[in-house]
Amino acid sequence: MNIFDIIGPVMVGPSSSHTAGAVKIGQIGRKLLGERVKKADIYLHGSFLATGKGHGTDKALVAGLLGMAVDDKRIPASFEIAGQEGLEFSFHSIVLQDAHPNSVKMLLWGESGKETEMVAASIGGGRIRVCEIDGLKANFYGDLPTLVVRNQDKPGHVVKVTSLLGEKGINIATMQLYRDIRGGHAVMVIELDQEIPEGFLDWLKEQEGIEKVTYLSQEEKDYV
Amino acid sequence: MYKSLEEICREAKRRNKEFWELILEDDCEERQVERESSFAAMLGMYQAMKEADASYEAERYSSSKLVGSDGAKLHEAVKNKQTICGDFLGTVMEKAVKMGESNACMKRIVAAPTAGACGVVPAVFLSMQEAYGYTDEKMVQALYVAAGIGGVIASRAFIAGAQGGCQAEIGSASSMAAGGAVFLRGGGEEAIVHAAAMAMKNLLGLACDPVAGLVEVPCVKRNVVGAVNALSSADMALAGIRSKIPPDEVIDAMRSVGLELPSCIRETGMGGLAATPTGIRIREEISGRTEK
Repeated sequence: MNIFDIIGPVMVGPSSSHTAGAVKIGQIGRKLLGERVKKADIYLHGSFLATGKGHGTDKALVAGLLGMAVDDKRIPASFEIAGQEGLEFSFHSIVLQDAHPNSVKMLLWGESGKETEMVAASIGGGRIRVCEIDGLKANFYGDLPTLVVRNQDKPGHVVKVTSLLGEKGINIATMQLYRDIRGGHAVMVIELDQEIPEGFLDWLKEQEGIEKVTYLSQEEKDYV
Repeated sequence: MYKSLEEICREAKRRNKEFWELILEDDCEERQVERESSFAAMLGMYQAMKEADASYEAERYSSSKLVGSDGAKLHEAVKNKQTICGDFLGTVMEKAVKMGESNACMKRIVAAPTAGACGVVPAVFLSMQEAYGYTDEKMVQALYVAAGIGGVIASRAFIAGAQGGCQAEIGSASSMAAGGAVFLRGGGEEAIVHAAAMAMKNLLGLACDPVAGLVEVPCVKRNVVGAVNALSSADMALAGIRSKIPPDEVIDAMRSVGLELPSCIRETGMGGLAATPTGIRIREEISGRTEK
């Protein structure tokens, strides 16, 4: 937190958690997909479901998926803009187990056919947390470059990834490991102090036992 | 960010610097930016407040239809010299309502410290600039004062209604605006922090009880009370009145009161005004509309 969390952000109202936070969740979904979103199935939980309409949470999520910032004056018109830009979306209700009251699950499809599933929560003051990616637990705030690697739960993957990050001079801020069952799918969530260089993701994807690589860059891309 | 108003006052004296300058330097240190860049960012916040005030639309209603057009009514009352409070306070009230309504109508505002309380600081600051002709530079310095106070509140207590009730949102905004107003009128560090303390004391215990869970009723009008309370607290401090309870202890009291508030009056839309027969009826009407 800094003083521009006290005076600021400049945002489209009415709620930092239900509107600005929702825009950020949409943006992160788009960045995780890494390309323009073609289709989004959006499931609202708890307070997002109960008061989301009055807070424009639905419009805010779609605005974020379109790449708008939290102060974009077009947020209230995001549904129409989605129509123009060929983003097809639908809203549903859901009860997520043990989830924060302001949670949403999104199934996203990109223009090249990429798919991502995520659960995220808006935790207050416009801050958000990604709680789940592709059905596996995650726990990050989306304000640092973040690498999410899904692999088979076998020895050697963590050292392979982290040593290459070290070689490239990239510092790891935080790192978490999760798996579903022993020998099943595992995921490492690595928050970084620097952006990863070009080519790194392609190299990683080709490694044996790596199932999926997702990267959240903090650099703005418009995927046009 | 600083964690104590007393510490800011002490540092100001020791280093012979003004309150706002300490907050600016602290920001440069924390975010590793140059002074010019921090100042430009804060000026951007002030300009965004001005733009939000100027772009109020009298005909616009929120999607629930609960709020809208009240800022225009106050504008008429002020213009026709009908307000008991006089022109200046009338304008403050008008700006507070307008900003709260703009927020509810999904227009662009500056959260200060939150979106629900976004009308308090600009209502006080913009009205004072219009009345006294302060430069934008001076206004930005006052914003640093407000930010410094808000930072201490966020560090020692909270600034979210879900955590501490409305006292944490409108109370904090009022405290920030009070300190800024004292600075603008030439008050020193001690008067600044005591104005902040008195403003907070007057709003301790305020429930966060939004009807249907929306940032509309009573949030929009609470911005008026936050702004007017900030100015009366500032005047008390400028007149030499001091809070008997030291400012940091007042903030700690806000935290302990917030922790004791039942969850039904902490932004759940379950208690207080939200739980009145009319509040419940409005919620049911809105959810009926949503289902259709």
